[in-house]
Amino acid sequence: MENDQDKILNDVTSGEYKFGFVTDIESDSIPAGLNEDVIRLISSKKKEPEWLLEFRLKSYRHWLTMKMPTWANLRIPEINYKDIIFYSAPKQKIAPSSLSDVDPELIRTFDKLGIPLEEQKHLTGVAVDAVMDSISVKTTFRETLAEMGIIFCSFSEAVKEHPSLVQKYLASVVPYTDNFFATLNSAVFSDGSFCYIPKGVRCPMELSTYFRINASNTGQFERTLLIADEEAYVSYLEGCTAPMRDENQLHAAVVEIVAECGAEVKYSTVQNWYPGDKDGKGGILNFVTKRGICKGDDSKISWTQVETGSAITWKYPSCILRGNNSTGEFYSVAVTNNHQQADTGTKMIHIGKNTKSTILSKGISAGFGQNSYRGLVKVLSKAEGARNFSQCDSLLLGDKCGAHTFPYIEVDNPSAIVEHEATTSRIGEDQIFYCNQRGISTEDAIGLIVNGYAREVINKLPMEFAVEAQKLLQISLEGSVG
Amino acid sequence: MDYRPEVISKMSALYAAGSGSFLKDSPELFNRYRESAFEDFKRLGIPDRKNEAYKYTNLETFLNYQYQEYYSPLPADFREAEKFHCEVEDLDVWNMVLLNGFFPNGEKGLVMLPGGIWVGSMKFAVKQFPALMEKHYNKYVENANDGLVPLNTALATDGLFIYAPKNTVYTKPVQIVNLLHSDKDIFVQDRNLVVVEDGAQLSLLVCDHALSPQHFLTNTVTEVYVGRNSRFDIIRVQNQHNNSGKMTHTYIHQERDSYASSNNITLHGGLVRNATWHHLGGENAETHSYGLFLADKHQHIANFVKVDHVAPNCNSTQLFKGVLDDNASGAFNGRIMVHKEAQGTNAYQSNNNIILSENARMDTKPQLEIFADDVKCSHGATVGQIDADALFYLRSRGIDAREARLMLMFGFAHEVIQNIPIEALRDRIDNLVHQRLRGELSRCASCAIQCN
Repeated sequence: MENDQDKILNDVTSGEYKFGFVTDIESDSIPAGLNEDVIRLISSKKKEPEWLLEFRLKSYRHWLTMKMPTWANLRIPEINYKDIIFYSAPKQKIAPSSLSDVDPELIRTFDKLGIPLEEQKHLTGVAVDAVMDSISVKTTFRETLAEMGIIFCSFSEAVKEHPSLVQKYLASVVPYTDNFFATLNSAVFSDGSFCYIPKGVRCPMELSTYFRINASNTGQFERTLLIADEEAYVSYLEGCTAPMRDENQLHAAVVEIVAECGAEVKYSTVQNWYPGDKDGKGGILNFVTKRGICKGDDSKISWTQVETGSAITWKYPSCILRGNNSTGEFYSVAVTNNHQQADTGTKMIHIGKNTKSTILSKGISAGFGQNSYRGLVKVLSKAEGARNFSQCDSLLLGDKCGAHTFPYIEVDNPSAIVEHEATTSRIGEDQIFYCNQRGISTEDAIGLIVNGYAREVINKLPMEFAVEAQKLLQISLEGSVG
Repeated sequence: MDYRPEVISKMSALYAAGSGSFLKDSPELFNRYRESAFEDFKRLGIPDRKNEAYKYTNLETFLNYQYQEYYSPLPADFREAEKFHCEVEDLDVWNMVLLNGFFPNGEKGLVMLPGGIWVGSMKFAVKQFPALMEKHYNKYVENANDGLVPLNTALATDGLFIYAPKNTVYTKPVQIVNLLHSDKDIFVQDRNLVVVEDGAQLSLLVCDHALSPQHFLTNTVTEVYVGRNSRFDIIRVQNQHNNSGKMTHTYIHQERDSYASSNNITLHGGLVRNATWHHLGGENAETHSYGLFLADKHQHIANFVKVDHVAPNCNSTQLFKGVLDDNASGAFNGRIMVHKEAQGTNAYQSNNNIILSENARMDTKPQLEIFADDVKCSHGATVGQIDADALFYLRSRGIDAREARLMLMFGFAHEVIQNIPIEALRDRIDNLVHQRLRGELSRCASCAIQCN
């Protein structure tokens, strides 16, 4: 019985990565390595204004003084920055003005990934910005959104068309000195999405960015900037995949969110970078800095993430709750299977009065996976009536994986109420027995229990994504349950 | 400016001066470890806030005082200490007084209590039980990133030794009253060893009191070996003044089927940091770690706990509570580590804190590290105030606000105190906590010396 169960667990968790294909497309890459000339080259390729180049160079100079952080509970292979190609773009003759101008091979790639670039056929009403390697390929529904005053375009276009907005908000949440990977990103970021929701506008559709790494030996460094002006609302989705390759590829992104008075931003991620093979070879090193600031009163930022991919995930989507009565939320499911490692969590910095935050983190470890939750809840002395509730649960599937919890709670105000709780356990034999007894096979029972366990988080995702996430969860754990 | 290089150079001078005199006079067993320990100290330095274990504890104020270079007691000091008697009603204990961590000299160096338990000084123990000391001394310390532990190994010359041989049971608790009394500012390094052999049973009560207003800093390392099927309880009551700092490092090593509990009750102290390591090295062992602190003024009280589940089927619980008033700050740093082999582990950790004033501050860091799958581990941490509903409930029954708050705080604290295994002591500590919460001096009615 025990053995059977182990076998089924093993079968369930050893599923294949489905997005590991490579698109055969010519790309325009620069030589590997990083120095000031490379940064100038990236900047000139993108025809950037002087101030942006200065920003990049300033970041690069600062980066040279920094050391790779070692505090995370991760075993990180040495990253040789000389071997990384910092800029790679799929070759396109001219800037595409309509879909027919986009290379058909590119469209096929995104179709294969299930990302519709053809607006007319698209029923779900999601506007997509597709980013391949370093460059945004196509942004859909731009015109429809523009009618409402919403700006949704690639970062490079935003630099050209809305320089004042970009200049005002760039690095206002994640300063270029923030941390090793954010600084590197500030120096070499290639593209990403830019979104601005004007005052009082509720964005009528889900905005979405789809990231794809294709070329080999490249690093992907995208930068996303999301601004919700007063009383605005937006729900934003992000998805990512990469081909199967033997070497580790670096992905160091920065996401910045600004929520003004009464604005609400919901940011959802389904991260499915290539996790490496069963022996832990290859895979994406995912070092991401995500941070939002609730600048105005009554604003709200909500992070939802489903992390199933990447060889190593190092990611702490955070909220700075500066406005009074502002709210921060963090919902996360992180799965580590085979040799994947994840050190993820959040930071909630309570500055304003009556600020509230909720943290709900569900970790699932299988195979040799190591899954850590690391979170900080900080209540500053002026944050009267701050309230936090955190719950971090870990589920262990198999006896070779690990689950770790490192919460930090710092309270400097007597009216604050901060609660944290965490549990770690495996699927109980009694639970499986209960399902078996009712005619549900062990494999299905495990799927059922895992899904039920993650449900609270998956429920927070927009509908289309929730279905995808649920499937992904099953695939990620395929062949590992036991 | 970084104060640490200066302290390190001071310690180096002390070590160099001592290696020819007082350090040389101590047993060979102690001297054997000194050199490498001092190298470790120099390498690790004094932990600052970059050290994860000291992230919320700043030692600067207390390490910066000009302490007298080295403390070794004079016979006259002991005569002063002899006056001290601690009598708790209905508490039948065997009592011994230590002065600044040192034993009164003379005949009483090592005594056997009825039932065959030995209590005495480390120095004497090395002579009487060389093989036993060899087996246990400096075997349970973990000093991978805390320089203060090797500093103790390098500088300590004496301390408390307790030995419960196989199958010995001492029904009365052993009470050690450790007095701090000096006319100079002193930095004390004491080194203790407790060995509870298979099937033995022992409970130890350690009371710390500061008698004179000078600055004191104590850096204590205690190693405890708990053999198979044995039981050991340690209760610490810390009641010192605001000029005294205390850092304790307690390493409890447990064999299979053993039971251990540690209870740190901190009533007063300028800076107190209790670090307790529970090493569950044998199957089916059980360990409990409790702590309670009441801090006000500018006090800082930190609890560090690490429970290491190395062997399968062990149980552990941790319960730490704190009440903070005025400008006090508190820290809790607890970690449950479940090793790969430790299947069938049940581990529980809880930390609750009440902040009463605007300038008080609490930082807590409960952590789980789990490498085995058949485990049940949970932890919880809260920082908050007295429950408004509970307060209302009491007030609606005619209890005035002040009294109601006291009742609730007392109930909060009692949850820790109720785990003290000795009933008379439990009542007595309840009483002390009550007085402390009322803002009265927490001193026993029958005590001749006022330890405020």
